[in-house]
Amino acid sequence: MTAGRSRARSAVRHRDGAAKAAPSRARRTRLRHSTQWAAWGFIAPVVGYLAVFYAYPLYRNIDLSIRSYTVASFITGDAPYAGLANYSDIIHSSTFAPALINTAIFVFASIALQFTIGLALAVFFFRKFPLSGSLRALFLIPWLLPLLVSASTWSWMLNSDSGIVNALLNALSVGPVDWLTSPSWSLASVLIANIWIGIPFNLVIMYSGLQSISTDVFEAAAIDGASGWQRFWRITFPLLRPVSAITLLLGFIYTLKVFDIIWIMTRGGPATSSTTLAIWSYQLGFGSLLPDFSSAAAVGNVLIIIAVIFALIYIRVRSRLEAI
Amino acid sequence: MTIKRTAYDTTALTTQALLAGQQGNSPNILLVDNPVVSTLTRAGILTTTAQNGLSTGAIAQNILGAGVMDGKTYGVPIGANTLALYYNPKILQAAGVSPSSITNWSALTAALAKVKAIGKKGITFSGINTEEGSFQFLPWFWGAGANLTTLDSPQAIAALTLWTTWIKDGYAPNSVIQDTQTTSWQEFQTGDFAFGENGTWQKALAAQMGADVIQIPAENGGPAPVPTGGEFFTIPVQKDTATYATSAKIVQCLSSTSNIVTTDNTLNYIAPTQAGQQAQVSADGTLQSWVSAVGVAKARTGDNLGTKYPIISQQLWTAVQKAESGAASSASALQAAQSAATAGISK
Repeated sequence: MTAGRSRARSAVRHRDGAAKAAPSRARRTRLRHSTQWAAWGFIAPVVGYLAVFYAYPLYRNIDLSIRSYTVASFITGDAPYAGLANYSDIIHSSTFAPALINTAIFVFASIALQFTIGLALAVFFFRKFPLSGSLRALFLIPWLLPLLVSASTWSWMLNSDSGIVNALLNALSVGPVDWLTSPSWSLASVLIANIWIGIPFNLVIMYSGLQSISTDVFEAAAIDGASGWQRFWRITFPLLRPVSAITLLLGFIYTLKVFDIIWIMTRGGPATSSTTLAIWSYQLGFGSLLPDFSSAAAVGNVLIIIAVIFALIYIRVRSRLEAI
Repeated sequence: MTIKRTAYDTTALTTQALLAGQQGNSPNILLVDNPVVSTLTRAGILTTTAQNGLSTGAIAQNILGAGVMDGKTYGVPIGANTLALYYNPKILQAAGVSPSSITNWSALTAALAKVKAIGKKGITFSGINTEEGSFQFLPWFWGAGANLTTLDSPQAIAALTLWTTWIKDGYAPNSVIQDTQTTSWQEFQTGDFAFGENGTWQKALAAQMGADVIQIPAENGGPAPVPTGGEFFTIPVQKDTATYATSAKIVQCLSSTSNIVTTDNTLNYIAPTQAGQQAQVSADGTLQSWVSAVGVAKARTGDNLGTKYPIISQQLWTAVQKAESGAASSASALQAAQSAATAGISK
């Protein structure tokens, strides 16, 4: 902006006195160059940071995935170019379909429930009542605990033989459920834990979104005789749309890459029943004694592509919302 | 000369060693878990004993096996550990089972039935979907006479069916599917279990709780071959090959009989040499059963499997998981594992 303005100013001066322009033009060009250099100087740290910490790792990850790396060529660095062979291998792998389906179920069920419960709690706590502050603080606990702690606790609670959940079910004379060791329950178990961990995030964001809505609107609606239900669906929900959109996008990206909870609770098992793309990528790269870096990088890139697609959808939705 | 020691978590060590090799700044001496030796050898970052001058003469062949690839030796073992069957004498006595009678699978299963009949729990092991799961399954797999090159042999199916039947009949808890060796040990420590398959490293804790140990039986009698655990001293490739002589001297010193006995007693390992084992047993007679267990142990990467082992092992633990959790029958899980392993190796 600065450069543009100074150019405009110098153009005006040119018209005033073309005769004496010759010596001062050189000085001005020098000046302009030096401001440009200064501008680049200011940008350089950010550009350098982005290049070193984002662009280069991404480039390396793509490079890893389109070459056929073995442990030997990882050392010598002369892995042969493989094109899309690694991608075709992972897509044709028997783990791909279950991992993709598990990822989809895990992400969409997590977000849907986290968001709904988070929003419901935000609306609930928005009407101040005695002790609402302390209760709201209690709901933040899952967020404050290290993931290792909460995932280990869940895995103890859901233990088939000595877990408290099965003990409770037993007291209610319901048969024990093999939460973590049955292929039909393991995904549900890690989902429950992940939803529990994700609720506080949604609660906090939606609560702050509610605070930004002017109370006049609610008062006006109440005077017009709108019921609580109508006020929620016709005022609160539409006005929360921008906040909801960003919450959903952030939730999507967080959930897509969830790794720790699943790894600690089930290690993606039994068999592939709770394996998501993130878990699969780790298993390929670091889970066995013989790392398969190229396939792991390919799975990682698939995850990145999915995240980018949804980010683009978000941008389109947002621009459409702004147009309204 | 000063020696700088850098410690890493086992799971991070392989990646760390590979990265160091890639950057050309490998340590002069690297102590790694024995199945990793084949991976690092494949990467070409370890020297052979012919290059670095380490002598391996006194070391038991079966323990050295994990460091031998295509006739070349890539390091010396610091010590070995392996798996055996810990038992709780109080429970066995109450159930009327004599530990010495457990010499084959049917005797063991009969003992588990008796234990269950008195309201106690049978056996716990680690059937998790990581390398630990394969490690724990191998004594039964090899004990049935199966070979890692044919995962779907009738012997292999018999071994896996033994485990799944125990789970189905309630002789083993369902939690073995997600138990690591540590959590499985914690179950055994509750004092409710008659048997626990676990490693040499638990022997001090076992003595504390009054547990004793027998060798894992093979299907038709006799001790089953068990996999060797334990670490290897290796000397990574350096630009300056003159350093090998000094490195070798340090390793020889650390693995001399008197030093290695102290180290192995501290780390709950069995010494890799006969002289070392004798010194250990004369100091502590209870180690005799572990010395005989290590005597029948074999390397996972042995039989010249090398880096094929990690691929096979991954399919093996996947098959074990499928069968344990009931996602597939033993036979079909192992067939799928075999075809996946074949595809993985040929890639």
